[in-house]
Amino acid sequence: MFTETPPSTPWGLMAEFPTAEALVRAAEKTRDAGYRRIDGYSPFPIEELTDALGHPPSRLPWLVFLGGLAGGLGGYFLQWYTSGTSYPMNAGGRPLHSWVSFIPVTFECTVLGAALTAVFAMLGMNGLPQPYHPVFNVDRFDKASQDGFFLCIRAVDPKFELEGTRSFLNSLGATAVMEVPH
Amino acid sequence: MATDIATPPRDGKILADGHNYSTLTEKIGDVVQVEPPKMWYVSFAIGFLLLMGMMHSIAVLLFYGVGIWGINIPVGWGFAIVNFVWWIGIGHAGTLISAILLLMRQRWRMSINRFAEAMTLFAVACAGLFPLLHTGRPWFAYWMLPHPNTMELWPQFRSPLIWDVFAVTTYATVSLLFWFVGLVPDLATLRDRAKNPIARTIYGMLAMGWRGSAVHWQRYETAYVLLAGLATPLVVSVHTVVSFDFAVSLVPGWHTTIFPPYFVAGAIYSGFAMVLSLAIPLRAWYKMQDFITDTHLDYMAKVMLATGLVVAYGYGMEIFIAYYSGNPYERALALNRIEGPYAYMYWMLILCNVIAPQFLWIKSVRYSPVLLFILSIVVNIGMWLERYVIVVISLHRDFLPSSWGMYSGTQWDYMLYAGTIGLFLTLMFLFVRFLPMISIFEMRTLLPEAHAHLHNGHAGNGNAGEQKHSVTATPVKEGS
Repeated sequence: MFTETPPSTPWGLMAEFPTAEALVRAAEKTRDAGYRRIDGYSPFPIEELTDALGHPPSRLPWLVFLGGLAGGLGGYFLQWYTSGTSYPMNAGGRPLHSWVSFIPVTFECTVLGAALTAVFAMLGMNGLPQPYHPVFNVDRFDKASQDGFFLCIRAVDPKFELEGTRSFLNSLGATAVMEVPH
Repeated sequence: MATDIATPPRDGKILADGHNYSTLTEKIGDVVQVEPPKMWYVSFAIGFLLLMGMMHSIAVLLFYGVGIWGINIPVGWGFAIVNFVWWIGIGHAGTLISAILLLMRQRWRMSINRFAEAMTLFAVACAGLFPLLHTGRPWFAYWMLPHPNTMELWPQFRSPLIWDVFAVTTYATVSLLFWFVGLVPDLATLRDRAKNPIARTIYGMLAMGWRGSAVHWQRYETAYVLLAGLATPLVVSVHTVVSFDFAVSLVPGWHTTIFPPYFVAGAIYSGFAMVLSLAIPLRAWYKMQDFITDTHLDYMAKVMLATGLVVAYGYGMEIFIAYYSGNPYERALALNRIEGPYAYMYWMLILCNVIAPQFLWIKSVRYSPVLLFILSIVVNIGMWLERYVIVVISLHRDFLPSSWGMYSGTQWDYMLYAGTIGLFLTLMFLFVRFLPMISIFEMRTLLPEAHAHLHNGHAGNGNAGEQKHSVTATPVKEGS
């Protein structure tokens, strides 16, 4: 982070709002005011907040689709190769490539591939696990996992200007505006 | 806040009035921080004692081999398979509640999904033990998984038993992922509330730095719904594949097409019974009637009744097809169930699984926790008997009267079975002690203030608690 901004400025400014609704309204106005490096923090998912912040829909479903596809094809190939090529064995006169018998395992491998992708891609795209993050330097931030609603404008935002942004956040009805140290 | 325990909410309410974000977080999150109720110690002790019995019986089993069990020829599948199917079935309700009810937007699931998912995991763990031990040499169990080896052998993928390996391991993995992903935001809550530095570190590591960012929540929700969508066909497939273990064979009483749907219904039936058996005492001991209301019990009882009727239809069809198919072996098997040496098992099964749940038609029974608890135990017993009837009665008399025999479990069979109940209880009560038994972040979304304003733009009630801290907030914290 220190490569982007001089160390004297904070990482960003964090504003606290009393309700989910106030946070969503504030996020809309912040975005309308031209700020782009912004993020909201809440103790439960708020769909409207993501829209208000202008985040595009996640690409996660495509990755999950590819994960499922890889799992399914891999599972089928495994059975085709082991039962038909590597160790061909006549079981009850069935053809070596007895695809009907291969469906259950193919299905299970599809689900496994897709589920593993869903979880690990979600964690990876979110950058988790992440042992350190500047927002935790804000004393009141432990409320974000309980009953607090926060909006953060990063210092790297082109429109960021410490005092101006602070008064802007206060004008949105924030109950507190706090600097986020690095 | 109104936490009036004497009059838990009734008739359609899935959350008691008067809660806000803070009271919800406090009441559910603090369970792991305060001294557990006395009954926790009692239940944990019972579970742990039985678990020690399990360890003993496994040690003896590994020393002497499966000969200490009651299995013989013709009944090569005894308690091990009965218990395996019983436990796997119990697990199904957890996935049903967490995945299928999520996709159907049944919001009442939110207060029971967390411990139902935990129940799934622990039930699958108990189930997995039986086939492993039944192999006789569990240290070779990895042979069932495809891997290059010096014998140049591969698993037989045309066998339902190998399908079962894949189905159960996938099910266990996906259930674990689903459960853990659901836990992450709540682990962050516990991290931020923990006063003990060790607890704070452990919860912090498990929460992986979750900070409730809106971007993260978006991907999180996407991943969660996708997992639910994946778990839904998976849960149906697992017991279907388990039923294939039987249905793909040619043994009378097993070789029927009704087995997959009837096994899945039976699994959900026994699973909901087990959820009720756990939820009723837990909500009383931890005073969670605000969250697990009588309405929840009513809904679960209704699911139990519906699946119980499907199971009853399955029993009826088995007898009808035995008569209608004209197959003498099927007919002999049906008669052997009804009036053979194990007839008492069959009639107890009918009593437990078909007659007992009919009391659930009565509303006052569905709203009586005590009666529901008793009925749920009866159904659990009934479902165990069902698997006993399927496994043992079909095997002990097949096509050749010269190879008929009788089967009964030995003390080691019973000890191992009771032992897995101990393993289940031990894991369950450790879970309740150290992790939030109800999903806190999902419960927050049930609060009126989480939704009403955003859509209607009017001020709701009951957010006094969350306003409390904001008026005393210090405006600026000086940073570097």
